[in-house]
Amino acid sequence: MNEGRKEIIQVIIVLVGFIFLVKLFTIQVLSNKYADLANSNAVLPQVEYPFRGLIKDRNGKLIVYNTPEYDIDVILSEVKNFDSTRFCDVFQISREELRKKFKEMKARKEYSRFKPTLFIDQLSNEDFARVQDHLDEFTGFYIQARTTRSYTVPSLANALGYVSEISKNRLEKDKSGIYKQGDYIGQSGIEAFYEEQLRGKRGMRFKLRNVKGIEKGSFNNGAYDTLSVPGQDLITGIDLDLQRYAEYLMNGKAGSIVAIEPSSGEILSLVSGPTYDPNLLSGKNYSSNFVQISTDSLKPLFNRPLMAQYRPGSIFKIAQAMTALQEGVITPETRIRCDRSIINCHGPHSNEDLRGAIANSCNPYFHGVLRRMLNKGKVNDPFKDTRIGLEEWDKHIKSFGFGSRLGIDLPNEKGGLVPSPALYDRLYGGRPWKFSNIYSIAIGEGENLVVPIQMANFAATIANRGFYYIPHLVKGIGKDGKPMAKYSEKHYTTIDPQYFEVAVDAMQAVVDGGTATYRAKLKDIVVCGKTGTVQNKPLPDHAVFIAFAPRDNPKIAISVYVEDAGAGGRAAASIASLMIEKYLLGQTNRPMIEEYVLKGKFLN
Amino acid sequence: MRREEDISGKLDWYSIGLYLALITMGWINIYAAVYFDGLSLFDLSYNPGKQLMFIVVSGILILGIIIIDMRFYEAFAYLIYGVALFLLLMVPLIGKEVGGNKNWLGIGMFGIQPSEFAKVATALAIAKFIGTVGFRMDNMRSQLSVFALMCAPIALIFLQKDFGTAMVFASFLVVFYREGMSPFLIIVGFCSAIIFILTLLVSNQIYLHIGVAVVLVTVIFFGKRKLKRIVLLTAGAVMLSLVIESVDYVINNVLPQHHQNRLKALINPDSDPLGFGWNVTQSKIAIGSGGFFGKGFLEGTQTKFDFVPEQSTDFIFCTIGEEWGWVGSLMVIGLFVALLLRIIFIAERQKNRFARAYGYGVASIFFFHFAVNIAMTVGLFPVIGIPLPFFSYGGSSLLAFTILLFVLLKLDAHRSQVLQRI
Repeated sequence: MNEGRKEIIQVIIVLVGFIFLVKLFTIQVLSNKYADLANSNAVLPQVEYPFRGLIKDRNGKLIVYNTPEYDIDVILSEVKNFDSTRFCDVFQISREELRKKFKEMKARKEYSRFKPTLFIDQLSNEDFARVQDHLDEFTGFYIQARTTRSYTVPSLANALGYVSEISKNRLEKDKSGIYKQGDYIGQSGIEAFYEEQLRGKRGMRFKLRNVKGIEKGSFNNGAYDTLSVPGQDLITGIDLDLQRYAEYLMNGKAGSIVAIEPSSGEILSLVSGPTYDPNLLSGKNYSSNFVQISTDSLKPLFNRPLMAQYRPGSIFKIAQAMTALQEGVITPETRIRCDRSIINCHGPHSNEDLRGAIANSCNPYFHGVLRRMLNKGKVNDPFKDTRIGLEEWDKHIKSFGFGSRLGIDLPNEKGGLVPSPALYDRLYGGRPWKFSNIYSIAIGEGENLVVPIQMANFAATIANRGFYYIPHLVKGIGKDGKPMAKYSEKHYTTIDPQYFEVAVDAMQAVVDGGTATYRAKLKDIVVCGKTGTVQNKPLPDHAVFIAFAPRDNPKIAISVYVEDAGAGGRAAASIASLMIEKYLLGQTNRPMIEEYVLKGKFLN
Repeated sequence: MRREEDISGKLDWYSIGLYLALITMGWINIYAAVYFDGLSLFDLSYNPGKQLMFIVVSGILILGIIIIDMRFYEAFAYLIYGVALFLLLMVPLIGKEVGGNKNWLGIGMFGIQPSEFAKVATALAIAKFIGTVGFRMDNMRSQLSVFALMCAPIALIFLQKDFGTAMVFASFLVVFYREGMSPFLIIVGFCSAIIFILTLLVSNQIYLHIGVAVVLVTVIFFGKRKLKRIVLLTAGAVMLSLVIESVDYVINNVLPQHHQNRLKALINPDSDPLGFGWNVTQSKIAIGSGGFFGKGFLEGTQTKFDFVPEQSTDFIFCTIGEEWGWVGSLMVIGLFVALLLRIIFIAERQKNRFARAYGYGVASIFFFHFAVNIAMTVGLFPVIGIPLPFFSYGGSSLLAFTILLFVLLKLDAHRSQVLQRI
């Protein structure tokens, strides 16, 4: 029944072979089209790198811009008669380095003998000028232009962040397909947070080359070429003059300064001390500089305003006071005796009202306030009563933005810590706890942790009498010039506005006649502030000061945190008041205070 | 012992000669495909050196195949098949992805593609089943069973999304046909493929439905007007219409993106010569520029500048076409046709059905690879990533093709010893 099937199969095999030969004959022998195409075929895709977006300050002053830089690519298969001695002469590198360059190149993931592969990166303008004329001596080597980041002033390093080559790890995780090896990417700060807006879009040009590597114009008259699209510019709220002045004052100190415009939440200046020159992490010497900076014992890459979690100290008493007022456990007139048997105090005072207690930063007063807050006597069991009180307290304190990340437009922000019943359950391992175990939170010590940006935001909240905008650096993105939507939302606290007036009064008293009288008081401007001195045994105390000014229609709210600098009324209050003066008046008129600040060196 | 006797005189030296010629040419062309100044044929860090290593391993395997008792292959056919299916099942679970397809199993530093070896296993299993006493291809149950044997690996390879290799197993239809299956299914399948491609070319599907109807009426009218035949033909026509309707769906919803692109490139490679049409366009330019005598060994330009992708694997024929021209293509195609015809000749001289069916299985797989691979490089078929036997770089495929061929040669060497049970 199967006769003939073998023959059918054999015929089909021969037929297919025959069809192939006919088809091959037409394209190989009869048609010249393919041979012609082959001669002009070599389509060489060339990447056109986009300009990264610029970064400017609130007055339009340029902070970050791009400078051209040149990479040398090589197509290894085109390299003929390579004179390595001459090459080393022209490029001013040693034979050792040259050998290393070849090795590095071959290790690249995208390395191919037949495609342009990065050989030398980041030639400076001067190097390029020297090399340019001799490049034709070395066949197979090409110039690839791109840009690198430059900074108009050596400031703002941690806020801006830096840009560098994308890591292998990151590249493998990247699912967008946007990045290729050798691409640059924002690694920290604004550069990382706004990477998407800043990076722009790469362009691609397809050039025709014949088999000898000679360019024959663009492929299909450029029909497939795409132009690179520059990244969007960013307008920050930074006042560059104020920022530079702040860094000048912080010289030789560890800590942070955060200044905010209360009416918008825009950050006017953001200092992390000690800092570094952002130019060091751009361009040719990135690698060696990065190693040096990242291993520095003073940790200049640690962005203190966002990442350093400190105990807030006495500035916390303002929040404490408003919480107690809101809960109705005290009134502004309530007097509590300065009984120094449980918590020590300082200065000559004995039986203050709320305003006096804040002005003199009376510790026993706030010990008493917190007792009333936590032990309202709602239940008889003191343990349960404290738990109920702490829950209410916790809710109010968190509404000021403490205890969780605010959501600033920088990476790696920390949230701090506001104690809750759950925290103490954990700390006490299930054993009971009551007010007498936890009272040190009354004066901003104990388990409280706050980052400096939250302190400044707290000052801004008081300045606004009850609400804040999330602090942010960038006030305008690209052409439409708006910040991200979440930065125009008001966040209200759980405290009624009238209690804020009490706090404002008291903060004015701090500066007018309290712990910060001498150094923070300004002649024509009503400054409201609060000092803090945070225990840091066995080292000297940390100095803290928060403030805003003027009292009515405030223009600036500020927090200053200086590590190991002693009482808050001294270095921190001086710096804050100088900043306020500089911002509101454009200059400072108190050389003695300035000199005092500059002399203070608290680095260990 | 009879097993110890020298069987070298009984091996089919024509086939072995063709085999040696093909792998040698393959090795040299892989060298040409990746050639650069100073590359040695024996450098183990590059493809030619590695291919040579695979060739040596193949030689050892061949010795093994010849030493093993010939009855082993039939006796253990199902076991081998089971192991192959198990390995295929493991691939999606623990396999690694290479070039968009997840079809590799890593064993230490080596990776193997179980789908390549599944071809050998399936060929043996199908042959064994066909060789069992009482098997009749026109029996419905037998037919279903051999189809199941064929479809199991297809299904598992589909899970790996390696559609090209899965399609290879359809070539066993040739074996079924030779053993007595009605050609109806093959014809419908073939027509479906044609219709599939026509549907891509013709924008309005109504014309295709009309075309099918016209052909149906004509065939019924001019043929024997028996009811059974009319019903069968109508059923076939309805199937074709369904194929037409499903093409759109399949293309846009079932096929992964890179397969969609390959299909589109087949129909109009110029639509985007830098995008998905790149492979086909570059491959045709490379082959076309070879001319009658070719550019000469190592003188190819297109295959050397990375214009042709995967030039030492799936697109190895480009190097042959470019450097050896039409004459070289004629030689390679001639060698393949000669080998295929020789295998069929060997299959036909077997005295039992197992060996014959296995021989046809070998021929079908070689033929499918040969036809589809060259068709895709010259733009007659969508780009499907299957290798050209003995030419494409790759250990798993070379070893699998070697095993396929030499098991047949071993069976053939002992053909006079088996009882006739055709």
